[in-house]
Amino acid sequence: MMSEWKFTIKDLAEKPELLMAGHRACAGCGPAVVYRQILKAARGPIIATNATGCMEVVSTIYPYTAWSIPWIHTAFENVAANAAGIEAALKVMKKKGKLKHDHVDVIAFAGDGGTYDIGLQALSGAAERGHDFLYVLYDNEAYMNTGIQRSGGTPHGAWTTTSPAGRVIPGKLRYKKPITEIMVAHDIPYVATASPSHWKDLIKKTRKGLEVEGTAFLHVLAPCPRGWRYDTSKTIELAHLAVQTCVFPLWEVVDGEYALSAPSKVIALRPERKKPIREYLKGQGRFRHLFKPEFESVIDDLQNIVDKRWRRLLKKCGMD
Amino acid sequence: MTAKQKGWKELPIAGLCWKPSTEYFTGDWRTFKPMLDEEKCTKCLICYIDCPDVAVKWKPEDEKIEFDYNFCKGCGICANVCPSEAIKMVLE
Repeated sequence: MMSEWKFTIKDLAEKPELLMAGHRACAGCGPAVVYRQILKAARGPIIATNATGCMEVVSTIYPYTAWSIPWIHTAFENVAANAAGIEAALKVMKKKGKLKHDHVDVIAFAGDGGTYDIGLQALSGAAERGHDFLYVLYDNEAYMNTGIQRSGGTPHGAWTTTSPAGRVIPGKLRYKKPITEIMVAHDIPYVATASPSHWKDLIKKTRKGLEVEGTAFLHVLAPCPRGWRYDTSKTIELAHLAVQTCVFPLWEVVDGEYALSAPSKVIALRPERKKPIREYLKGQGRFRHLFKPEFESVIDDLQNIVDKRWRRLLKKCGMD
Repeated sequence: MTAKQKGWKELPIAGLCWKPSTEYFTGDWRTFKPMLDEEKCTKCLICYIDCPDVAVKWKPEDEKIEFDYNFCKGCGICANVCPSEAIKMVLE
């Protein structure tokens, strides 16, 4: 059973910073906020491993490291395999009496490129083998590190350098892959979505993910000012709008049981609070072209897919 | 940067990063600087939890927050999330 961990923001402020200042993320970096919040949920010793991506690059620019916990970088495709190996090694060390601690948590961090596209096979394998670790997907919806190329996580209609919006196409043609549903289908004990705008929800979910025995998967939205083309101060505001428009609803699945989390449950109970998707799109330069008359229908298309997925989610949560 | 760099014989193997990032100041990236109005501040610490650069410090002994201008990149998230509008961004 999961313990009900109670905390205030001041308790968190007095905990040590596991991702230290001086990392070289862009000003207003969403993933950096996500990492800090995730690491605030630590309950003891942690080993982190990171797939190639923005946060791997910015946190360890040689010879500097922003990590005050053991951390290892691995290639794009195998962060889950790496975490599985760390967990297996810890298990053997414990059996042989070589481990000083009772328990060491393992967290694997990867971006959307390292999860949706390149790292999916390693993640699927590790989840199937049931290794006890938490996988955190920080989703900034494109390959931001290499200069904004589209990934499986990029939403429909978004401009990226490999799905350029112009006269021919309105940005990315395909839809965002429902990766969280794919992980639910692996039948692992804990799957959840979270947003840095709802930090308490995010930290609680991280703690739950660390506490469960077996693989846990956390999908976190991480707005990127450079790639999404918005003012650096609006990172949290946009994450909040994504929840309010149901573009990124917050929910969790514990042992196959779906449940909406409080910020999305409010919208499910009072549908008039659901904001139209335009409010989310208009603040972002990557969707700017959609407001031209020729691409106006793409917005309706996006609204339809958001509504369809939201209704499907409500049904799964037994709230339709 | 230290005056004498380490040679290849002294460096740790396998590309191990050996310096803490807190020795590298990112404060000079900043154009706008957050300023706190202590009268308005309710100490809710939302700016602390939403800062990407650990540049908002909570001082429990004085019961107040302080900005660490060595690391603040001036993104303005703190001013944007502040519910009591106690933080203003001013041109440096």
